[in-house]
Amino acid sequence: MGASQTRLEHNYDDLTEKSGFSHEQIKNLYQRFQQLSGNNEKISRDDLERIPALNNNPIRKQIITAFFDKRNQHQNDVGSLDEIGFEQFLMVMSHFRPVNSKATEEEKATVRKQKLRFLFNMHDTDNDGIITLDEYRTVVEELLSQSGAIETEVARAIADAAMLEVASTNVPHMAPDDFYEGITFEHFEQILKGIEMESRMHIRFLDKNAATMRCGKLSS
Amino acid sequence: RTVSHGSSGRLRGLFLVMVLVFLESSVFTLAFASSDQHSPTTAHSDGHKATDHGSHNNTGKAFPVLDLNYENVRVPFEISLWVLLASLMKLGFHLVPHLSNIVPESCLLIVVGLLVGGIIRGTGETVPPVLDSKLFFYILLPPIILDAGYFLPIRPFMENLGTILIFAVVGTLWNAFFVGGLLYGVCQIGTESSSILSRIGLLQCLLFGSIISAVDPVAVLAVFEEIHINELLHILVFGESLLNDAVTVVLYHLFEEFSGIGTVTLVKGFLGVISFFVVALGGVLVGVLYGILAAFTSRFTSHTRVIEPLFVFLYSYMAYLSAEIFHLSGIMALIACGAVMRPYVEANISHKSHTTIKYFLKMWSSVSETLIFIFLGVATVAGPHDWNWTFVTVTVILCLVARVIGVVGLTFIINKFRIVKLTTKDQFIIAYGGLRGAIAFSLGFLLEKDHFPEREIFLTAIITVIFFTVFVQGMTIKPLVELLAVKKKQEAKRSINEEIHTQFLDHLLTGIEDICGHYGHHHWKDKLNRFNKKYVKKCLIAGERSKEPQLIAFYHKMEMKQAIQLVESGGGIKLPSAMPSTVSMQNIQPRPPTKPAAERAIPQLSKTKEEEIRKILRTNLQRTRQRLRSYNRHTLVADPYEDGLSDLFLKKQKMFQIEKKMNTYLTVPAPPPDSPTMCRARLASDPQAYSIKPALNKVPMIQVDLASPQSPDSVNLLDEFGQANQQEEEEQGLMMKPPSRPREGKKPGEEDEAKDQQKLMRCLSDPGPSADEDEDGAFLP
Repeated sequence: MGASQTRLEHNYDDLTEKSGFSHEQIKNLYQRFQQLSGNNEKISRDDLERIPALNNNPIRKQIITAFFDKRNQHQNDVGSLDEIGFEQFLMVMSHFRPVNSKATEEEKATVRKQKLRFLFNMHDTDNDGIITLDEYRTVVEELLSQSGAIETEVARAIADAAMLEVASTNVPHMAPDDFYEGITFEHFEQILKGIEMESRMHIRFLDKNAATMRCGKLSS
Repeated sequence: RTVSHGSSGRLRGLFLVMVLVFLESSVFTLAFASSDQHSPTTAHSDGHKATDHGSHNNTGKAFPVLDLNYENVRVPFEISLWVLLASLMKLGFHLVPHLSNIVPESCLLIVVGLLVGGIIRGTGETVPPVLDSKLFFYILLPPIILDAGYFLPIRPFMENLGTILIFAVVGTLWNAFFVGGLLYGVCQIGTESSSILSRIGLLQCLLFGSIISAVDPVAVLAVFEEIHINELLHILVFGESLLNDAVTVVLYHLFEEFSGIGTVTLVKGFLGVISFFVVALGGVLVGVLYGILAAFTSRFTSHTRVIEPLFVFLYSYMAYLSAEIFHLSGIMALIACGAVMRPYVEANISHKSHTTIKYFLKMWSSVSETLIFIFLGVATVAGPHDWNWTFVTVTVILCLVARVIGVVGLTFIINKFRIVKLTTKDQFIIAYGGLRGAIAFSLGFLLEKDHFPEREIFLTAIITVIFFTVFVQGMTIKPLVELLAVKKKQEAKRSINEEIHTQFLDHLLTGIEDICGHYGHHHWKDKLNRFNKKYVKKCLIAGERSKEPQLIAFYHKMEMKQAIQLVESGGGIKLPSAMPSTVSMQNIQPRPPTKPAAERAIPQLSKTKEEEIRKILRTNLQRTRQRLRSYNRHTLVADPYEDGLSDLFLKKQKMFQIEKKMNTYLTVPAPPPDSPTMCRARLASDPQAYSIKPALNKVPMIQVDLASPQSPDSVNLLDEFGQANQQEEEEQGLMMKPPSRPREGKKPGEEDEAKDQQKLMRCLSDPGPSADEDEDGAFLP
């Protein structure tokens, strides 16, 4: 325990640089990490699945998978891990940092792209760079999964309609023989440009300037 | 072209002349009528009785063929005349070209009021005291507030609630004390001790400050509606104007009482603070109660659809009046009532009732607003006035200064807690948009002359401030917005992708918060939503709709809207405008997987061979289809829109679908040729669609869509036992439809209702407003 602490302190600067959190925040998140992992070095999927509050979340599977997805580690890797260490945990969390209000337009655009990329990776499960109709259908079905017995046709209809909309906006003129394989990242950005990602996709407490910041206890 | 233009110009001119003549005549009638106002009412009844007796006695008199009896209808007649005048004015403005671009409507209306007042005074009559406080607070104000509350965009409101509250409460308090205090100082110091000003006590000044400091929702609505700024700024200023009512009410009663009694104690001050919470929260509570009652009542209105709108209006008005009984904030009650009842009521009532409510609210609020501004003009002329240069100018300057300092200071504090900070531009617009209006005037009018000898000075100053803000600020805000390049309202409709991702994001952020163990904003919102879904919706929403998740409700709404749009656009020839696109569902189907040759059951066909096969099948199927069509004529559901054009598209559509099938089938062992009936049955329907109607497949059901992009019809070749199908459709709500049609954005689901088309036509006799989509956005937070 002691050894890992000191090791961690050495790494603070390194982690701060990589993830953008302050020392204070990293300490807090480390505490939370310890709780979740039961004081181990790594977190496995089961650890995350044991969080009771997540039970009501319709997309918990996707969220948990996102933590173990290598693509979210900013290292151009693909595939998934079985366990993640603290650094990887931090990297995933860094996607939810609010953007600095003093950032330039360019920086905001980068942050926005990063966040959208995270979302895209969550949908694009087979990592072929596009969200196909089936993948999108899965997304909608998962979203509606907690709402009682919904016929799959309804979910499919919604997904179909959404897909059609994306295609119509981005590639308005397609001959009958053309295929629209799926939503590429550019199209994804295009359809979501109405939602200001950089200001909406964040957790308040991960804000550097937040007045209070405390991780809750894992209630078991 | 020139002739018609000339004639329309002439018509306009004629109309304006008519309006002016009407104006004159109505003014004279009113003036004439008002002169009778002063005679006591007993004289009227006496007179009436006298004529009765008279008629009894003088039976010999000739029977009056034409008689004049104005007294009986005087009051309703006058009221109608005023309302008619207001509405004609509104019409008139929009007929005059360019005027509505330069000058906001509110200014024009005040000018009209001034004119009317001036004419009345010019004829020597006394101007009727039209802006009676009772009339204002109980008749004119509620419709505007209800309209605002019912259509309040909940999501941005809740997201910015903290900011809005700080501006409303702290900002108004600051304004009141700053203006009141400094005014008192100026009165004492700046003038000689004998002048009237120095006799104004501190409490009176503070009272005046509290009256003048509140931003007025009516004025804000009137001006901001025309400038279309972005949602954030709109909701900030508008929300502030609504919520500061509680502060105004408390301060007003507090200072009124204090200045009546004359002593201020600390206990009383403390009680004042408590009373603020009581007033605000009590008002909200009353509103929520009535809202829930209304929602519950609407659950049972399925058999009496005609009076559904009435419940909405009555319950809201009762909420307002009930709050006023206890001196609670009526405005907050009204807002809370409207906002709470809306999601549940809308799930319960019929589409027509929804339209009725929307239109009635808009109509009443529009008329009210017009009347308020006209009356302001008339009341200005009526006076009584006491112009005091020092007082008035100091008030105006202080109001402006206080507003600016208040906004800047508060934003500095607020920005520490906000993620999306408010920029300087935003602050400027917020400060500049702090308009005062008729509420301030009415509150001033309510002051009693005996307690407040300086009432007239106050009224004059209030009117000056109102005029200044409405005219100067109202007129210049539009060019300023352009100049500063403030972000405007995004006109884009909410798309289904945005809806899906907003929900996804909500769940994602809640999940991340749970992983962090942090009970934040999203966590509580999620809890509230789940509580709402589990308990509240079950109580308040009738039938199946209580279980409908928001995404599906949104989807249905969108489909409905598009169906309406389609019907409105002629349902036939014209293309619905949206986005012309030739993308159809068949383009979206995944490319057939290219398996390595070894795995295939059949050898891969070369491209040319595929083409040949396709051609052969196409021609054959065309022939079958032609046979089909003749068969169809007898069992066809009557389709009034079918014409030659749609035949062509039908064929095209069929071809596309067949081709699509080709693409998938060619890589998979072709199914054995079925019986002709099954073949026909499978023509138009997606394989998946079958799972919906398992029991009803005894008779082959072919769904052939007339897939012209224009035609909304889908012809259901149902058997004669159509009712069973219909029933099932209604149960499910959404039917899976054969996809693909070269029509953009059309959800493949909606056109399935060909037989519903008839129903739809009858239902949709009223044109839904196509312009304002905003308030129909997701209303559940």
